[in-house]
Amino acid sequence: METKIKLENITKSFGKLDVLKGISLSLKPQEVVCIIGPSGSGKSTLLRCMNRLEEVNSGSILIDGVDITDPSVDINHIRENIGMVFQHFNLFPHLSVLENVMLAPVELGKMSKEEAKANALTLLEQVGIHEKADVYPVKLSGGQKQRVAIARALAMNPDIMLFDEPTSALDPEMVKGVLNVMKDLTKRGMTMVVVTHEIGFAREVADRIIFMDQGKIVEEGKPLELLNHPQEERTIAFLNEIL
Amino acid sequence: MIIDLLVSNYRILLRAFGNTLTIALISLVFATLIGLISSLMNLSRSRILRAVSRFYVALIRGVPMIVLAFMVYFGLPYLLKKMGVSGFRIPVYTASLITMSLNAGAYMSEIIRGGIQAVDPGQSEAARSLGLPYNKTMRLIIVPQAIKTMVPAIINQFIISFKDTSLLSVIGFAELTNQTQVIIGRTNAIFEMWAIAGVLYFVSCTLLGQLGKVVERKLANGN
Repeated sequence: METKIKLENITKSFGKLDVLKGISLSLKPQEVVCIIGPSGSGKSTLLRCMNRLEEVNSGSILIDGVDITDPSVDINHIRENIGMVFQHFNLFPHLSVLENVMLAPVELGKMSKEEAKANALTLLEQVGIHEKADVYPVKLSGGQKQRVAIARALAMNPDIMLFDEPTSALDPEMVKGVLNVMKDLTKRGMTMVVVTHEIGFAREVADRIIFMDQGKIVEEGKPLELLNHPQEERTIAFLNEIL
Repeated sequence: MIIDLLVSNYRILLRAFGNTLTIALISLVFATLIGLISSLMNLSRSRILRAVSRFYVALIRGVPMIVLAFMVYFGLPYLLKKMGVSGFRIPVYTASLITMSLNAGAYMSEIIRGGIQAVDPGQSEAARSLGLPYNKTMRLIIVPQAIKTMVPAIINQFIISFKDTSLLSVIGFAELTNQTQVIIGRTNAIFEMWAIAGVLYFVSCTLLGQLGKVVERKLANGN
């Protein structure tokens, strides 16, 4: 069976703190996986290992069959194919919305300026924010910023997208718009890993939900199975807390 | 009295003032380059590069500029002569430029390092996650944002450097302080000449400070 992302027994510690204690996980192409769990469970760290923003201590991470933990791998080239969306957006404040989205394809020689601009405008239209193309990020609401950030990540035409709590920093009325954009992506066959607290979103769009606690995968399964019939005590306790 | 002094010495004063201003300006350009390289070394992963940068900064901080000037102008040619390299002479202008650049470079290094570290780490993570290599991340994302926070400190450093040029009078560089001494030697107008020099320094530094405020405001509105 073909795999898009394959983690094998990865561990990660910050100093003496073991954050990931042997995680194995694989995703098929176009699969959408949501990772839930209490804060400090290591879910964001796990996500950040998938494009090597964090280096693992041991284990291997295969993206399209290439082990990105190998230091000789050209990680920048791998990252071109993995979009990432952050909790705090991390838009470039000194660049306009359009320039934010155009930057990577132009600088990395993927597109000419004209192509990148046309591509950026299309993407901004898809996320419903093309009228703000010439505005600087400081003028945008949180929800608008996050939609620009998604467009920016899509500009390199990746086939994997990583979302690190994309709606956690948003005002409640902004959440839906961002989730709708993400939902559209799942329909277009994007392989997605989403760290989230939005159980409703996970239930609706995930092919699989993973529950993490204390650096380990406690339980995983199809959304309805895991959410309605959790097997592990810790999963039950967590779901009771948030639902 | 002062008017007479100004009228009869304005040429030499202007030339001296010009020397002061140009050495401050040119050395600031070199200091910025040195500071940029040194700060990037300080922030690099290589332990050796970090150590070199830190040693340089510590050395400059710990040695008075006047000692550095003596070392560059007198010490080094003497050492070379003893080592058998005869006839090596360093022009006073070059020695002054080297001294000023090395001195201000260390402070610029710290200013730039601070500015770079003040940029939200999320910025470089976002850039790297797009596949941008380190040098492009620095050049396109981090440095442009860092400059904004650095501008007030850079202008402050320029004012300090401008005043520090007076120390170069000890190696005979014909800047304002040195030439004031020369004029005093000729005219004996001790109070008047030092007052003139003081006012020239004071007015220039105040103007530089005002210019800095304008630049700062421009940058703040630039967003």
